[in-house]
Amino acid sequence: MAGYVTVAAVLAAGVLLVTAAMVARRLLAPRAPVPAKLTTYESGVDPVGEGWAQTKVRYFVYSFLYVVFAVDAVYLFPWATVLRDARLGGASLVEMGIFVALVVLGLGHAARRGLLRWM
Amino acid sequence: MLEVVLRAAAVLAAFLVLPLLVGQTEHKVMAHMQGRLGPMYAGGFHGWAQLVADGVKFVQKEDVTPARADRWVFRLAPAVALLPYLVALAVIPLSPSVVGAQVDASVLLVLAVMGVGIVGTLMAGWASANKYSLLGGMRAAAQLVSYELPMVLAVASVALAAGTLSLTGIAAAWRPWWLLWQLPGALVFLVSALAELQRPPFDMPVADSEIVFGVFTEYTGLRFAFFLLAEYAGIVVLSLLFAVLFLGGWAGPLPDVLGWLWTLLKGFAVAVVVIWLRVSWPRLREDQLQRLAWVWLVPIALVQLAVTSVVVVATR
Repeated sequence: MAGYVTVAAVLAAGVLLVTAAMVARRLLAPRAPVPAKLTTYESGVDPVGEGWAQTKVRYFVYSFLYVVFAVDAVYLFPWATVLRDARLGGASLVEMGIFVALVVLGLGHAARRGLLRWM
Repeated sequence: MLEVVLRAAAVLAAFLVLPLLVGQTEHKVMAHMQGRLGPMYAGGFHGWAQLVADGVKFVQKEDVTPARADRWVFRLAPAVALLPYLVALAVIPLSPSVVGAQVDASVLLVLAVMGVGIVGTLMAGWASANKYSLLGGMRAAAQLVSYELPMVLAVASVALAAGTLSLTGIAAAWRPWWLLWQLPGALVFLVSALAELQRPPFDMPVADSEIVFGVFTEYTGLRFAFFLLAEYAGIVVLSLLFAVLFLGGWAGPLPDVLGWLWTLLKGFAVAVVVIWLRVSWPRLREDQLQRLAWVWLVPIALVQLAVTSVVVVATR
């Protein structure tokens, strides 16, 4: 538990670092906001339309896939610590094999349906 | 209490020094690979103080928050991107005794906090209200999510081989023949670490010839410097992690007292490889990038996992 107290202290030190740096910037950096400076950068021309533009999101498939595999990875870690246990070892190897095979089946399905190809 | 404060201060000191060392190395190594000299003036001897001078310059620059930006999210993003690497550095052991915070499941903690760093990039991409930033943020999200997975699987393979979730335990269990046994996993880890850092050849999210500077487009002054520091701190963390997980950390011919030196040297060597890859490879296209992760790295990591577990059960 003592380790986590140190981790918390390190995080606090980090927050302190950021705060101190921002105070230093306050004291040292100039501040001269003018409207032209505060406009959104768009390669030198006036920004067109809304800042939050619409874009075709073709990345969502990857986040779905990620969720599937992330669940898989979460179960792998506890398994890593018990695999050497003589009472569990062999059987758990087969079980995990089946589990991973199911997940790989999902990836194979996604690949076959062309989800891993760029459209 | 005093010990905790001292440890936190030591980790903070390492966090401020090591990234600068790597950054300076990048300046010089990259310059010499390209037939240049690199920085030569700041500080006198071969421009050693260049990055310190950069820091002094950045702190004196005006900090601009665009009028359209989501103010607080925009301002917090650099800190959210930076601090996870600090926490990760705290639990990476340089030797069994030289470690910021001794935590049992340090492997899980490191992977978890590095996942938080992604949120910083996403916050910056969304809050800037800039089209380049938004595109950069989307690309970063897709890339980080895709490469997180092979990385976690490769780490799981080493944890499996050692039978523990503690970084100290893994490096202690390491034997030289693991270099061969865990080689595919190590390569997968190295490639995903590069992608995680968004450095060339995986710098689609900040591709300067396409989307200006991705999520960093609207950032100026110190906040921009924090993003840069986060990148170099990331190199430090991932290089040390590679040294501890795959290269045996403090295992070496010197007496055990000097073990931390071995870890640092191995980590430094990995960092030089990271720099080398940046200089020598062109940028991957977005579709090639996703393909590499899902068609190559994930299956390789899964095969590695199977090989590891079978060997573990067979040699038990």
